[in-house]
Amino acid sequence: MSEIMEILSELRPECDFRSSTNFMEDGLLDSFDVVALVDAFERAYAIKIDALDILPEHFISIDAMVQLIKKSGGAI
Amino acid sequence: MNHSVLCYLEDTVKKYPNKIALTDATGDITFAQWRNMGLCLAEEIRRKNHKRAIPVFVYLPKSAMSLVAFVGVLYSGNYYTPTDVKFPFEKAKSIINALEPQVIITNRECAKKLMDGGIPSDNMIFVEDVDMTRGNLDSSLYLDTIIDTDLAYVLFTSGSTGVPKGVSIAQRSIMDYIDWAIHEFQIDETTIIGNQAPFYFDNSILDIYLCMSTGAHLHIIPEMYYAFPVKLLNYIVEQKINFIFWVPSALIGVANSGLLETIDCSCLKKILFCGEVMPNKHLNIWRKFVRAEVYANLYGPTEITDVCAYYVVNREFEDDEPLPIGKACKNTQIMLLDDQDNLITTKDAMGELCVRGTGNSVGYYRNPEKTMQAFVQNPLHNNYQELIYRTGDLAHYNEYGEIMFDGRKDYQIKHMGYRIELGEIETAILGIEGVQNACCIYNENVSEIVAVCKASENLTEMEIRKKLVNILPKYMIPTRYYLMEQLPLNDNGKINRKELKKHIMEDA
Repeated sequence: MSEIMEILSELRPECDFRSSTNFMEDGLLDSFDVVALVDAFERAYAIKIDALDILPEHFISIDAMVQLIKKSGGAI
Repeated sequence: MNHSVLCYLEDTVKKYPNKIALTDATGDITFAQWRNMGLCLAEEIRRKNHKRAIPVFVYLPKSAMSLVAFVGVLYSGNYYTPTDVKFPFEKAKSIINALEPQVIITNRECAKKLMDGGIPSDNMIFVEDVDMTRGNLDSSLYLDTIIDTDLAYVLFTSGSTGVPKGVSIAQRSIMDYIDWAIHEFQIDETTIIGNQAPFYFDNSILDIYLCMSTGAHLHIIPEMYYAFPVKLLNYIVEQKINFIFWVPSALIGVANSGLLETIDCSCLKKILFCGEVMPNKHLNIWRKFVRAEVYANLYGPTEITDVCAYYVVNREFEDDEPLPIGKACKNTQIMLLDDQDNLITTKDAMGELCVRGTGNSVGYYRNPEKTMQAFVQNPLHNNYQELIYRTGDLAHYNEYGEIMFDGRKDYQIKHMGYRIELGEIETAILGIEGVQNACCIYNENVSEIVAVCKASENLTEMEIRKKLVNILPKYMIPTRYYLMEQLPLNDNGKINRKELKKHIMEDA
Protein backbone atom coordinates (compact mmCIF):
# COMPACT_ATOMS: atom_id res chain seq x y z
CA MET A 1 0.00 0.00 0.00
CA SER A 2 2.61 2.53 1.05
CA GLU A 3 4.66 1.61 -1.99
CA ILE A 4 1.75 2.48 -4.27
CA MET A 5 1.30 5.77 -2.46
CA GLU A 6 4.98 6.44 -2.99
CA ILE A 7 4.70 5.74 -6.72
CA LEU A 8 1.64 7.99 -6.93
CA SER A 9 3.19 10.90 -5.11
CA GLU A 10 6.31 10.62 -7.22
CA LEU A 11 4.15 10.78 -10.30
CA ARG A 12 1.90 13.61 -9.17
CA PRO A 13 3.63 15.29 -6.20
CA GLU A 14 1.13 18.13 -6.31
CA CYS A 15 -1.92 15.91 -5.73
CA ASP A 16 -3.49 14.89 -2.45
CA PHE A 17 -4.52 11.29 -3.10
CA ARG A 18 -5.58 10.70 0.52
CA SER A 19 -8.55 13.00 0.34
CA SER A 20 -9.91 11.57 -2.92
CA THR A 21 -12.32 8.67 -3.22
CA ASN A 22 -12.09 8.45 -7.00
CA PHE A 23 -8.80 9.47 -8.59
CA MET A 24 -10.21 9.35 -12.12
CA GLU A 25 -13.36 11.36 -11.50
CA ASP A 26 -11.53 13.87 -9.34
CA GLY A 27 -9.11 14.44 -12.21
CA LEU A 28 -6.01 13.43 -10.23
CA LEU A 29 -4.90 11.05 -12.95
CA ASP A 30 -4.99 11.56 -16.69
CA SER A 31 -4.07 9.26 -19.56
CA PHE A 32 -0.37 10.11 -19.30
CA ASP A 33 -0.43 9.09 -15.65
CA VAL A 34 -2.23 5.81 -16.25
CA VAL A 35 0.33 4.78 -18.86
CA ALA A 36 3.15 5.75 -16.47
CA LEU A 37 1.48 3.90 -13.57
CA VAL A 38 1.11 0.67 -15.51
CA ASP A 39 4.80 0.90 -16.33
CA ALA A 40 5.76 1.70 -12.74
CA PHE A 41 3.65 -1.18 -11.30
CA GLU A 42 5.11 -3.64 -13.78
CA ARG A 43 8.62 -2.61 -12.79
CA ALA A 44 8.03 -2.40 -9.04
CA TYR A 45 6.19 -5.73 -8.73
CA ALA A 46 7.87 -7.57 -11.62
CA ILE A 47 4.49 -8.28 -13.20
CA LYS A 48 2.85 -7.96 -16.60
CA ILE A 49 -0.54 -6.31 -16.41
CA ASP A 50 -2.95 -7.77 -18.97
CA ALA A 51 -4.16 -5.05 -21.35
CA LEU A 52 -7.72 -6.29 -20.76
CA ASP A 53 -7.32 -5.21 -17.12
CA ILE A 54 -6.19 -1.70 -17.97
CA LEU A 55 -9.56 -0.12 -17.31
CA PRO A 56 -10.51 3.07 -15.49
CA GLU A 57 -12.11 1.19 -12.58
CA HIS A 58 -8.73 -0.29 -11.64
CA PHE A 59 -7.21 3.13 -11.14
CA ILE A 60 -9.84 4.93 -9.07
CA SER A 61 -8.31 4.21 -5.65
CA ILE A 62 -5.37 2.61 -3.87
CA ASP A 63 -7.56 -0.41 -3.07
CA ALA A 64 -8.44 -0.85 -6.73
CA MET A 65 -4.77 -0.67 -7.65
CA VAL A 66 -3.90 -3.29 -5.00
CA GLN A 67 -6.52 -5.59 -6.52
CA LEU A 68 -5.11 -5.00 -9.99
CA ILE A 69 -1.57 -5.81 -8.88
CA LYS A 70 -2.74 -8.94 -7.05
CA LYS A 71 -4.77 -10.04 -10.05
CA SER A 72 -1.66 -9.62 -12.18
CA GLY A 73 0.27 -11.94 -9.86
CA GLY A 74 2.10 -9.33 -7.81
CA ALA A 75 3.02 -9.95 -4.18
CA ILE A 76 1.50 -7.09 -2.23
CA MET B 1 -12.41 29.81 -56.87
CA ASN B 2 -11.31 28.63 -53.48
CA HIS B 3 -9.77 31.54 -51.62
CA SER B 4 -10.31 30.26 -48.08
CA VAL B 5 -10.56 26.92 -46.29
CA LEU B 6 -14.12 28.01 -45.54
CA CYS B 7 -15.01 27.60 -49.23
CA TYR B 8 -14.52 23.87 -48.58
CA LEU B 9 -16.94 23.99 -45.67
CA GLU B 10 -19.52 25.92 -47.72
CA ASP B 11 -19.35 23.29 -50.49
CA THR B 12 -19.65 20.42 -48.04
CA VAL B 13 -22.64 22.04 -46.32
CA LYS B 14 -24.38 22.33 -49.70
CA LYS B 15 -23.79 18.66 -50.41
CA TYR B 16 -24.35 17.13 -46.98
CA PRO B 17 -26.10 19.67 -44.71
CA ASN B 18 -27.58 17.10 -42.36
CA LYS B 19 -24.77 14.59 -42.31
CA ILE B 20 -22.95 14.31 -39.00
CA ALA B 21 -19.65 16.17 -39.16
CA LEU B 22 -18.34 15.99 -35.61
CA THR B 23 -18.87 13.62 -32.70
CA ASP B 24 -17.45 14.15 -29.25
CA ALA B 25 -18.29 12.81 -25.79
CA THR B 26 -21.30 15.13 -25.58
CA GLY B 27 -22.94 14.39 -28.94
CA ASP B 28 -23.06 15.11 -32.67
CA ILE B 29 -22.94 18.23 -34.83
CA THR B 30 -23.98 18.25 -38.51
CA PHE B 31 -22.14 20.15 -41.23
CA ALA B 32 -24.93 22.77 -41.39
CA GLN B 33 -24.80 23.20 -37.62
CA TRP B 34 -21.02 23.50 -37.67
CA ARG B 35 -21.25 26.31 -40.21
CA ASN B 36 -24.18 28.10 -38.60
CA MET B 37 -22.75 27.93 -35.10
CA GLY B 38 -19.46 29.24 -36.49
CA LEU B 39 -21.25 32.14 -38.16
CA CYS B 40 -23.11 33.02 -34.94
CA LEU B 41 -19.79 33.06 -33.14
CA ALA B 42 -18.19 35.13 -35.94
CA GLU B 43 -20.86 37.79 -35.39
CA GLU B 44 -20.04 37.84 -31.70
CA ILE B 45 -16.30 38.12 -32.42
CA ARG B 46 -16.94 41.07 -34.76
CA ARG B 47 -19.12 42.68 -32.08
CA LYS B 48 -16.31 42.33 -29.59
CA ASN B 49 -13.70 43.65 -32.01
CA HIS B 50 -14.60 44.87 -35.47
CA LYS B 51 -11.04 44.69 -36.80
CA ARG B 52 -9.91 41.98 -39.20
CA ALA B 53 -6.79 39.81 -39.14
CA ILE B 54 -6.49 39.87 -35.38
CA PRO B 55 -5.28 36.99 -33.18
CA VAL B 56 -7.97 35.06 -31.32
CA PHE B 57 -7.04 32.72 -28.52
CA VAL B 58 -9.25 29.64 -28.16
CA TYR B 59 -9.22 28.37 -24.60
CA LEU B 60 -11.66 25.48 -24.50
CA PRO B 61 -11.49 21.80 -23.57
CA LYS B 62 -10.89 19.58 -26.60
CA SER B 63 -14.37 19.16 -28.07
CA ALA B 64 -16.57 19.82 -31.11
CA MET B 65 -17.08 23.30 -29.63
CA SER B 66 -13.35 24.00 -30.16
CA LEU B 67 -13.86 23.29 -33.85
CA VAL B 68 -16.92 25.54 -33.93
CA ALA B 69 -14.70 28.22 -32.41
CA PHE B 70 -12.02 27.71 -35.10
CA VAL B 71 -14.62 28.10 -37.85
CA GLY B 72 -16.10 31.14 -36.09
CA VAL B 73 -12.68 32.79 -35.93
CA LEU B 74 -12.04 32.07 -39.61
CA TYR B 75 -15.43 33.46 -40.71
CA SER B 76 -14.74 36.59 -38.71
CA GLY B 77 -11.66 37.12 -40.88
CA ASN B 78 -9.22 36.38 -38.08
CA TYR B 79 -6.85 33.61 -37.05
CA TYR B 80 -6.87 31.28 -34.07
CA THR B 81 -4.44 29.83 -31.58
CA PRO B 82 -5.59 26.97 -29.37
CA THR B 83 -3.90 25.50 -26.33
CA ASP B 84 -4.67 22.75 -23.85
CA VAL B 85 -6.70 23.95 -20.87
CA LYS B 86 -5.08 21.21 -18.80
CA PHE B 87 -1.63 22.76 -19.21
CA PRO B 88 -0.31 24.75 -16.25
CA PHE B 89 -1.42 28.38 -16.36
CA GLU B 90 2.19 29.44 -16.96
CA LYS B 91 2.17 27.73 -20.37
CA ALA B 92 -1.07 29.48 -21.40
CA LYS B 93 0.36 32.74 -20.13
CA SER B 94 3.53 32.42 -22.18
CA ILE B 95 1.41 31.90 -25.31
CA ILE B 96 -0.86 34.83 -24.43
CA ASN B 97 2.21 37.01 -23.92
CA ALA B 98 3.61 36.03 -27.31
CA LEU B 99 0.28 36.25 -29.17
CA GLU B 100 -1.37 39.20 -27.43
CA PRO B 101 -4.84 38.00 -28.45
CA GLN B 102 -7.50 40.67 -29.06
CA VAL B 103 -10.31 38.21 -28.34
CA ILE B 104 -10.36 35.08 -26.19
CA ILE B 105 -12.98 32.41 -26.82
CA THR B 106 -13.53 30.31 -23.74
CA ASN B 107 -16.20 29.06 -21.36
CA ARG B 108 -16.91 30.26 -17.83
CA GLU B 109 -15.16 27.35 -16.15
CA CYS B 110 -11.93 27.61 -18.14
CA ALA B 111 -11.95 31.40 -17.98
CA LYS B 112 -11.65 31.19 -14.20
CA LYS B 113 -8.13 29.80 -14.54
CA LEU B 114 -7.16 32.71 -16.81
CA MET B 115 -8.78 35.34 -14.62
CA ASP B 116 -7.18 33.91 -11.47
CA GLY B 117 -3.87 34.35 -13.27
CA GLY B 118 -4.59 38.00 -13.94
CA ILE B 119 -5.84 37.86 -17.55
CA PRO B 120 -8.57 40.52 -17.92
CA SER B 121 -12.02 39.26 -18.91
CA ASP B 122 -13.15 42.21 -21.04
CA ASN B 123 -12.12 40.64 -24.35
CA MET B 124 -13.40 37.17 -23.51
CA ILE B 125 -16.36 35.53 -25.23
CA PHE B 126 -18.04 32.77 -23.23
CA VAL B 127 -19.44 30.19 -25.64
CA GLU B 128 -22.36 29.33 -23.37
CA ASP B 129 -23.58 32.94 -23.60
CA VAL B 130 -23.64 32.99 -27.42
CA ASP B 131 -26.92 32.08 -29.13
CA MET B 132 -25.79 29.54 -31.71
CA THR B 133 -29.22 28.23 -32.66
CA ARG B 134 -29.91 30.56 -35.57
CA GLY B 135 -29.76 28.90 -38.99
CA ASN B 136 -29.25 29.81 -42.65
CA LEU B 137 -27.02 32.77 -41.98
CA ASP B 138 -25.44 34.57 -44.90
CA SER B 139 -21.72 33.96 -45.06
CA SER B 140 -20.90 35.94 -48.19
CA LEU B 141 -20.12 39.17 -46.39
CA TYR B 142 -17.52 37.39 -44.33
CA LEU B 143 -16.15 35.16 -47.07
CA ASP B 144 -15.68 37.87 -49.68
CA THR B 145 -13.09 39.65 -47.58
CA ILE B 146 -10.89 36.62 -46.95
CA ILE B 147 -7.98 35.87 -49.28
CA ASP B 148 -5.79 32.81 -49.24
CA THR B 149 -2.71 34.59 -47.93
CA ASP B 150 -4.62 35.53 -44.75
CA LEU B 151 -3.49 33.61 -41.70
CA ALA B 152 -5.66 30.72 -40.54
CA TYR B 153 -3.87 29.80 -37.34
CA VAL B 154 -0.76 30.26 -35.24
CA LEU B 155 0.45 27.15 -33.45
CA PHE B 156 3.05 27.50 -30.74
CA THR B 157 5.95 25.10 -30.43
CA SER B 158 8.65 24.70 -27.83
CA GLY B 159 11.39 27.34 -27.95
CA SER B 160 14.83 26.74 -26.49
CA THR B 161 14.84 29.90 -24.37
CA GLY B 162 11.49 29.07 -22.83
CA VAL B 163 9.64 31.55 -25.06
CA PRO B 164 7.34 29.57 -27.37
CA LYS B 165 7.57 30.11 -31.12
CA GLY B 166 4.31 30.82 -32.96
CA VAL B 167 4.24 29.16 -36.36
CA SER B 168 1.95 31.26 -38.59
CA ILE B 169 0.08 29.35 -41.27
CA ALA B 170 -1.88 30.94 -44.10
CA GLN B 171 -5.17 29.58 -45.48
CA ARG B 172 -3.58 28.56 -48.77
CA SER B 173 -1.11 26.28 -46.96
CA ILE B 174 -3.95 24.28 -45.42
CA MET B 175 -5.74 24.08 -48.77
CA ASP B 176 -2.56 22.85 -50.46
CA TYR B 177 -2.07 20.20 -47.78
CA ILE B 178 -5.66 19.02 -47.83
CA ASP B 179 -5.90 18.89 -51.63
CA TRP B 180 -2.90 16.61 -51.65
CA ALA B 181 -4.21 14.37 -48.86
CA ILE B 182 -7.72 13.98 -50.34
CA HIS B 183 -6.25 12.85 -53.62
CA GLU B 184 -3.43 10.72 -52.26
CA PHE B 185 -5.53 8.82 -49.71
CA GLN B 186 -8.87 9.00 -51.53
CA ILE B 187 -10.83 10.60 -48.75
CA ASP B 188 -14.55 11.14 -49.25
CA GLU B 189 -17.84 11.34 -47.36
CA THR B 190 -17.66 7.64 -46.47
CA THR B 191 -14.46 8.20 -44.48
CA ILE B 192 -14.84 7.94 -40.71
CA ILE B 193 -11.92 9.56 -38.94
CA GLY B 194 -10.80 8.67 -35.40
CA ASN B 195 -8.99 11.74 -34.13
CA GLN B 196 -6.15 11.42 -31.63
CA ALA B 197 -4.11 14.60 -32.09
CA PRO B 198 -4.76 17.46 -29.69
CA PHE B 199 -5.96 20.59 -31.52
CA TYR B 200 -2.90 22.60 -30.49
CA PHE B 201 -0.81 19.97 -32.28
CA ASP B 202 -0.62 20.30 -36.07
CA ASN B 203 -1.39 16.64 -36.78
CA SER B 204 -5.00 17.62 -36.05
CA ILE B 205 -5.05 19.88 -39.13
CA LEU B 206 -5.43 16.85 -41.37
CA ASP B 207 -8.32 15.38 -39.35
CA ILE B 208 -10.20 18.68 -39.05
CA TYR B 209 -9.85 19.91 -42.61
CA LEU B 210 -10.30 16.53 -44.30
CA CYS B 211 -13.63 16.30 -42.51
CA MET B 212 -14.54 19.87 -43.45
CA SER B 213 -13.67 19.50 -47.13
CA THR B 214 -14.98 16.03 -47.95
CA GLY B 215 -17.97 15.43 -45.68
CA ALA B 216 -16.09 12.75 -43.74
CA HIS B 217 -17.24 12.09 -40.17
CA LEU B 218 -14.77 13.16 -37.47
CA HIS B 219 -14.84 11.38 -34.12
CA ILE B 220 -13.04 13.25 -31.38
CA ILE B 221 -12.07 10.20 -29.35
CA PRO B 222 -11.93 11.02 -25.61
CA GLU B 223 -8.31 11.59 -24.66
CA MET B 224 -8.59 9.21 -21.69
CA TYR B 225 -9.24 6.26 -24.02
CA TYR B 226 -5.63 6.36 -25.14
CA ALA B 227 -4.64 5.05 -21.71
CA PHE B 228 -7.17 2.22 -21.88
CA PRO B 229 -6.54 0.24 -25.07
CA VAL B 230 -9.62 -1.99 -24.66
CA LYS B 231 -11.88 1.05 -24.56
CA LEU B 232 -10.04 2.64 -27.46
CA LEU B 233 -10.28 -0.36 -29.76
CA ASN B 234 -13.89 -1.05 -28.84
CA TYR B 235 -14.72 2.55 -29.71
CA ILE B 236 -13.06 2.15 -33.10
CA VAL B 237 -14.99 -1.05 -33.80
CA GLU B 238 -18.34 0.31 -32.57
CA GLN B 239 -18.04 3.53 -34.56
CA LYS B 240 -16.68 1.72 -37.63
CA ILE B 241 -13.73 4.09 -37.84
CA ASN B 242 -11.85 3.48 -41.07
CA PHE B 243 -9.18 6.20 -41.07
CA ILE B 244 -6.73 7.17 -38.36
CA PHE B 245 -3.82 9.59 -38.37
CA TRP B 246 -2.09 9.11 -35.05
CA VAL B 247 1.18 9.85 -33.41
CA PRO B 248 3.34 6.68 -33.30
CA SER B 249 3.24 6.60 -29.46
CA ALA B 250 -0.50 5.92 -29.63
CA LEU B 251 -0.03 3.13 -32.18
CA ILE B 252 2.85 1.66 -30.15
CA GLY B 253 0.70 1.57 -27.00
CA VAL B 254 -1.97 -0.41 -28.83
CA ALA B 255 0.59 -2.76 -30.42
CA ASN B 256 2.16 -3.45 -27.02
CA SER B 257 -1.20 -4.20 -25.43
CA GLY B 258 -1.48 -7.39 -27.47
CA LEU B 259 -5.15 -6.62 -28.09
CA LEU B 260 -4.91 -6.40 -31.87
CA GLU B 261 -4.80 -10.19 -31.82
CA THR B 262 -8.13 -10.50 -30.04
CA ILE B 263 -10.12 -7.42 -31.03
CA ASP B 264 -11.00 -7.42 -34.74
CA CYS B 265 -10.09 -3.97 -36.06
CA SER B 266 -10.54 -4.82 -39.72
CA CYS B 267 -12.78 -1.75 -40.08
CA LEU B 268 -9.56 0.30 -40.16
CA LYS B 269 -8.63 0.76 -43.81
CA LYS B 270 -6.18 3.65 -43.75
CA ILE B 271 -3.62 3.98 -40.99
CA LEU B 272 -1.36 7.03 -41.14
CA PHE B 273 1.15 8.27 -38.62
CA CYS B 274 3.36 11.28 -38.14
CA GLY B 275 5.11 13.19 -35.41
CA GLU B 276 8.02 10.94 -34.52
CA VAL B 277 9.83 7.85 -35.71
CA MET B 278 7.55 4.84 -36.07
CA PRO B 279 9.47 1.68 -35.16
CA ASN B 280 8.93 -1.24 -37.54
CA LYS B 281 8.80 -3.54 -34.55
CA HIS B 282 5.40 -2.11 -33.62
CA LEU B 283 4.27 -1.42 -37.16
CA ASN B 284 4.83 -5.10 -37.96
CA ILE B 285 2.44 -6.06 -35.16
CA TRP B 286 -0.18 -3.78 -36.71
CA ARG B 287 0.45 -5.08 -40.21
CA LYS B 288 0.18 -8.68 -39.01
CA PHE B 289 -3.22 -8.27 -37.36
CA VAL B 290 -4.84 -5.39 -39.24
CA ARG B 291 -4.74 -5.82 -43.00
CA ALA B 292 -5.37 -2.17 -43.81
CA GLU B 293 -5.33 -0.93 -47.40
CA VAL B 294 -2.83 1.79 -46.57
CA TYR B 295 -0.15 2.24 -43.95
CA ALA B 296 1.64 5.52 -44.48
CA ASN B 297 4.49 7.22 -42.68
CA LEU B 298 4.14 11.00 -42.89
CA TYR B 299 6.83 13.49 -42.00
CA GLY B 300 7.00 17.21 -41.46
CA PRO B 301 7.44 20.02 -38.97
CA THR B 302 4.70 22.51 -38.04
CA GLU B 303 6.49 25.13 -40.16
CA ILE B 304 5.49 23.49 -43.44
CA THR B 305 1.87 22.76 -42.41
CA ASP B 306 2.25 19.39 -40.77
CA VAL B 307 3.43 17.18 -43.62
CA CYS B 308 5.90 17.61 -46.49
CA ALA B 309 6.97 14.02 -47.15
CA TYR B 310 5.30 10.63 -47.03
CA TYR B 311 5.96 6.99 -47.55
CA VAL B 312 3.20 4.52 -48.29
CA VAL B 313 4.44 1.24 -46.84
CA ASN B 314 4.86 -1.05 -49.84
CA ARG B 315 7.27 -3.78 -48.75
CA GLU B 316 8.25 -5.91 -45.77
CA PHE B 317 10.60 -4.55 -43.12
CA GLU B 318 12.60 -6.29 -40.41
CA ASP B 319 11.80 -5.17 -36.87
CA ASP B 320 15.09 -3.32 -36.55
CA GLU B 321 15.01 -1.61 -39.95
CA PRO B 322 14.16 2.08 -40.14
CA LEU B 323 11.08 3.18 -42.08
CA PRO B 324 11.64 5.71 -44.89
CA ILE B 325 9.94 9.09 -44.86
CA GLY B 326 9.71 8.63 -48.62
CA LYS B 327 9.26 11.49 -51.00
CA ALA B 328 7.88 15.00 -51.10
CA CYS B 329 4.13 15.60 -51.21
CA LYS B 330 2.77 17.03 -54.44
CA ASN B 331 3.44 20.75 -54.93
CA THR B 332 6.31 20.57 -52.44
CA GLN B 333 10.01 20.14 -53.03
CA ILE B 334 12.40 18.66 -50.53
CA MET B 335 16.05 19.54 -50.88
CA LEU B 336 18.82 17.88 -48.93
CA LEU B 337 21.61 20.43 -48.54
CA ASP B 338 25.13 19.60 -47.43
CA ASP B 339 27.34 21.76 -45.16
CA GLN B 340 28.18 24.04 -48.09
CA ASP B 341 24.52 24.29 -49.13
CA ASN B 342 25.05 22.12 -52.19
CA LEU B 343 22.12 20.00 -53.31
CA ILE B 344 22.60 16.33 -52.50
CA THR B 345 21.37 13.97 -55.22
CA THR B 346 23.41 10.85 -54.54
CA LYS B 347 22.49 8.11 -52.15
CA ASP B 348 23.79 7.86 -48.57
CA ALA B 349 25.14 11.43 -48.34
CA MET B 350 23.59 13.13 -45.32
CA GLY B 351 22.33 16.70 -45.41
CA GLU B 352 19.82 19.08 -43.88
CA LEU B 353 16.28 18.58 -45.04
CA CYS B 354 14.94 21.85 -46.48
CA VAL B 355 11.52 22.53 -47.92
CA ARG B 356 10.07 24.83 -50.54
CA GLY B 357 6.41 25.17 -51.38
CA THR B 358 3.02 26.69 -50.62
CA GLY B 359 2.89 24.72 -47.39
CA ASN B 360 5.68 26.80 -45.88
CA SER B 361 4.72 28.99 -42.95
CA VAL B 362 4.97 32.73 -43.42
CA GLY B 363 7.23 32.84 -40.35
CA TYR B 364 7.28 32.91 -36.57
CA TYR B 365 4.71 35.20 -35.05
CA ARG B 366 6.17 38.57 -34.09
CA ASN B 367 9.63 37.08 -34.20
CA PRO B 368 11.53 38.32 -37.28
CA GLU B 369 14.87 37.21 -35.86
CA LYS B 370 13.93 33.54 -35.53
CA THR B 371 12.05 33.74 -38.83
CA MET B 372 15.16 34.93 -40.65
CA GLN B 373 17.21 32.08 -39.22
CA ALA B 374 14.88 29.33 -40.37
CA PHE B 375 13.24 30.78 -43.48
CA VAL B 376 16.05 31.72 -45.83
CA GLN B 377 16.65 32.49 -49.48
CA ASN B 378 16.97 29.33 -51.53
CA PRO B 379 20.78 28.97 -51.61
CA LEU B 380 20.63 27.33 -55.05
CA HIS B 381 19.84 30.62 -56.79
CA ASN B 382 19.76 34.34 -56.27
CA ASN B 383 17.49 35.40 -59.13
CA TYR B 384 14.38 36.35 -57.17
CA GLN B 385 13.15 36.00 -53.63
CA GLU B 386 12.26 32.45 -52.77
CA LEU B 387 12.26 31.40 -49.15
CA ILE B 388 12.87 27.83 -48.11
CA TYR B 389 12.44 26.39 -44.63
CA ARG B 390 15.45 24.78 -43.00
CA THR B 391 14.06 22.04 -40.76
CA GLY B 392 17.22 21.31 -38.77
CA ASP B 393 16.54 17.62 -39.48
CA LEU B 394 19.19 15.46 -41.12
CA ALA B 395 18.35 12.97 -43.85
CA HIS B 396 19.75 10.96 -46.76
CA TYR B 397 18.51 9.04 -49.80
CA ASN B 398 18.50 5.24 -49.66
CA GLU B 399 19.02 2.82 -52.53
CA TYR B 400 15.40 3.26 -53.66
CA GLY B 401 15.75 7.05 -53.79
CA GLU B 402 13.58 7.35 -50.68
CA ILE B 403 14.38 9.91 -48.02
CA MET B 404 15.53 8.45 -44.71
CA PHE B 405 15.35 10.51 -41.50
CA ASP B 406 18.63 10.66 -39.54
CA GLY B 407 17.87 12.79 -36.48
CA ARG B 408 18.36 16.39 -35.44
CA LYS B 409 21.18 18.89 -35.81
CA ASP B 410 20.41 20.42 -32.40
CA TYR B 411 18.85 19.64 -29.03
CA GLN B 412 15.31 19.32 -30.19
CA ILE B 413 13.68 15.99 -29.42
CA LYS B 414 10.46 14.18 -30.18
CA HIS B 415 8.91 12.67 -27.11
CA MET B 416 5.50 10.98 -27.28
CA GLY B 417 5.00 12.83 -30.53
CA TYR B 418 5.65 16.22 -29.00
CA ARG B 419 8.35 18.45 -30.30
CA ILE B 420 10.43 19.63 -27.38
CA GLU B 421 13.50 21.81 -27.07
CA LEU B 422 15.52 20.36 -24.19
CA GLY B 423 16.66 23.94 -23.62
CA GLU B 424 13.11 24.94 -22.68
CA ILE B 425 13.04 22.35 -19.90
CA GLU B 426 16.51 23.42 -18.77
CA THR B 427 15.37 27.04 -18.67
CA ALA B 428 12.42 26.02 -16.49
CA ILE B 429 14.62 24.02 -14.11
CA LEU B 430 17.17 26.83 -13.88
CA GLY B 431 14.34 29.12 -12.88
CA ILE B 432 13.73 27.13 -9.70
CA GLU B 433 15.25 28.71 -6.63
CA GLY B 434 18.24 26.74 -5.40
CA VAL B 435 19.10 25.21 -8.78
CA GLN B 436 22.56 26.27 -9.92
CA ASN B 437 22.94 24.34 -13.13
CA ALA B 438 20.88 21.91 -15.15
CA CYS B 439 21.12 19.76 -18.22
CA CYS B 440 18.47 17.62 -19.85
CA ILE B 441 19.26 14.48 -21.78
CA TYR B 442 16.94 12.34 -23.82
CA ASN B 443 17.34 8.60 -23.49
CA GLU B 444 15.87 7.31 -26.76
CA ASN B 445 16.22 3.68 -25.69
CA VAL B 446 13.56 4.00 -23.01
CA SER B 447 11.97 7.26 -24.22
CA GLU B 448 12.78 9.16 -21.05
CA ILE B 449 13.71 12.77 -20.45
CA VAL B 450 16.38 12.87 -17.77
CA ALA B 451 17.26 15.97 -15.79
CA VAL B 452 20.70 16.34 -14.27
CA CYS B 453 20.91 19.20 -11.80
CA LYS B 454 23.33 20.91 -9.52
CA ALA B 455 21.33 22.33 -6.65
CA SER B 456 21.66 23.65 -3.12
CA GLU B 457 21.77 20.95 -0.47
CA ASN B 458 18.23 21.21 0.77
CA LEU B 459 16.57 20.84 -2.63
CA THR B 460 15.36 17.32 -3.38
CA GLU B 461 14.54 15.69 -6.72
CA MET B 462 10.90 15.52 -5.70
CA GLU B 463 10.81 19.25 -4.99
CA ILE B 464 12.23 20.04 -8.43
CA ARG B 465 9.57 17.88 -10.01
CA LYS B 466 6.85 19.44 -7.94
CA LYS B 467 7.89 22.91 -9.08
CA LEU B 468 8.06 21.85 -12.71
CA VAL B 469 4.48 20.58 -12.86
CA ASN B 470 3.36 24.16 -12.32
CA ILE B 471 5.44 25.48 -15.20
CA LEU B 472 5.58 22.84 -17.91
CA PRO B 473 3.02 20.62 -19.65
CA LYS B 474 3.15 17.04 -18.50
CA TYR B 475 4.84 15.69 -21.62
CA MET B 476 7.83 17.95 -20.89
CA ILE B 477 8.34 16.88 -17.27
CA PRO B 478 11.51 14.76 -16.92
CA THR B 479 10.95 11.18 -15.78
CA ARG B 480 14.25 10.82 -13.95
CA TYR B 481 16.32 13.25 -11.90
CA TYR B 482 19.94 13.16 -10.86
CA LEU B 483 21.48 15.60 -8.44
CA MET B 484 25.21 16.09 -8.97
CA GLU B 485 27.72 18.18 -7.08
CA GLN B 486 29.27 19.26 -10.35
CA LEU B 487 28.14 18.81 -13.92
CA PRO B 488 30.91 17.45 -16.18
CA LEU B 489 32.31 20.14 -18.49
CA ASN B 490 34.10 19.84 -21.79
CA ASP B 491 37.22 21.72 -22.87
CA ASN B 492 35.22 24.79 -23.82
CA GLY B 493 33.74 24.94 -20.36
CA LYS B 494 30.33 23.88 -21.61
CA ILE B 495 28.33 21.08 -20.06
CA ASN B 496 29.63 17.84 -21.49
CA ARG B 497 26.37 16.44 -22.82
CA LYS B 498 28.03 13.49 -24.52
CA GLU B 499 29.55 12.24 -21.30
CA LEU B 500 26.35 12.80 -19.33
CA LYS B 501 24.37 10.98 -21.97
CA LYS B 502 26.77 8.03 -21.87
CA HIS B 503 26.40 7.78 -18.07
CA ILE B 504 22.64 8.00 -18.27
CA MET B 505 22.31 5.39 -20.98
CA GLU B 506 24.52 3.02 -18.99
CA ASP B 507 22.63 3.70 -15.80
CA ALA B 508 19.26 2.95 -17.40
